Amino acid sequence: MSGPRPVPDADHETITIESNDDVVRARQLVRTLAQRCKLSLVDQTKLVTAASELARNTLVYGGGGVMRTGLVRRDSRVGVTAVFEDSGPGIPDLDLALTDGWTSGGGLGLGLSGARRLVDDFTLDTEVGRGTQVAVTKWAR
Amino acid sequence: MTERVPVLKIGDVLLVSIQVDLEDQTVLDLQDDLAARIVATGASGVVIDITAVEIVDSFVGRMLATTAAISRMLDAETVVVGMRPAVAITLVELGLSLGGVRTALTLEKGLDMLARPDSRPPAKP
Ligand SMILES: Nc1ncnc2c1ncn2[C@@H]1O[C@H](COP(=O)(O)OP(=O)(O)OP(=O)(O)O)[C@@H](O)[C@H]1O
Ligand SMILES: [Mg+2]
Repeated sequence: MSGPRPVPDADHETITIESNDDVVRARQLVRTLAQRCKLSLVDQTKLVTAASELARNTLVYGGGGVMRTGLVRRDSRVGVTAVFEDSGPGIPDLDLALTDGWTSGGGLGLGLSGARRLVDDFTLDTEVGRGTQVAVTKWAR
Repeated sequence: MTERVPVLKIGDVLLVSIQVDLEDQTVLDLQDDLAARIVATGASGVVIDITAVEIVDSFVGRMLATTAAISRMLDAETVVVGMRPAVAITLVELGLSLGGVRTALTLEKGLDMLARPDSRPPAKP
């Protein structure tokens, strides 16, 4: 599932995700970058929605963590990347977690699988007992 | 203390207009407030205006579906109005088609829908 990691620009920002309020801040920060990157309105909406899902997972399942986000370049393309990282319990069965409708909590089980569909690049690294890192990128067309 | 979204009563209808990016607790509070207000006022309809809403993720989507189901059980019909095209596209790709939620493009059409109860879809078994 992993491909070459895009190189983050020097000016990426990091915010902590420790409360519901931080999930709102994460959405707003990603939206600002998506606008700066001139993503189409639909692509902005998709990326911000994916970021919202991942930020909430970081908070609810990861027990909190950080989001690092910024503009990225690859070849002549520019995009927005957001990386969510926590030191929570990790995901024991990744295939299951990425199945539409599967949840270990009270959710709809759409956040992770849906976020993957909404972005261009999606990488997930997880280790039981150590934590989870999800990176998503949307490229301007 | 989190903020609360105001619920207005216009005739027989409760109107909620979501204007800011809501945090999850505020979304849950709104769901509870609406259920309580339906019972307290005997309202027959609920209109949730999301014209200003830039994204609907699985959390807000679930609230819309749950509110529609709760209000139906309390003898009121819910209509979600003003969904942006980009939001609709994203919701479907996310996997949430909100099948049980009635929608109208504008507030006017939504109110109209509630005023004509014969336009209700047949109740699901
Ligand atoms: N950061 C994480 N750390 C540990 N487990 C996680 C993490 N993110 C997701 N999971 C696991 O993957 C499952 C699926 O996540 P997903 O976001 O798809 O669904 P959900 O959060 O349960 O529901 P929804 O997002 O639709 O409200 C979760 O129920 C949880 O068990
Ligand atoms: Mg989730």
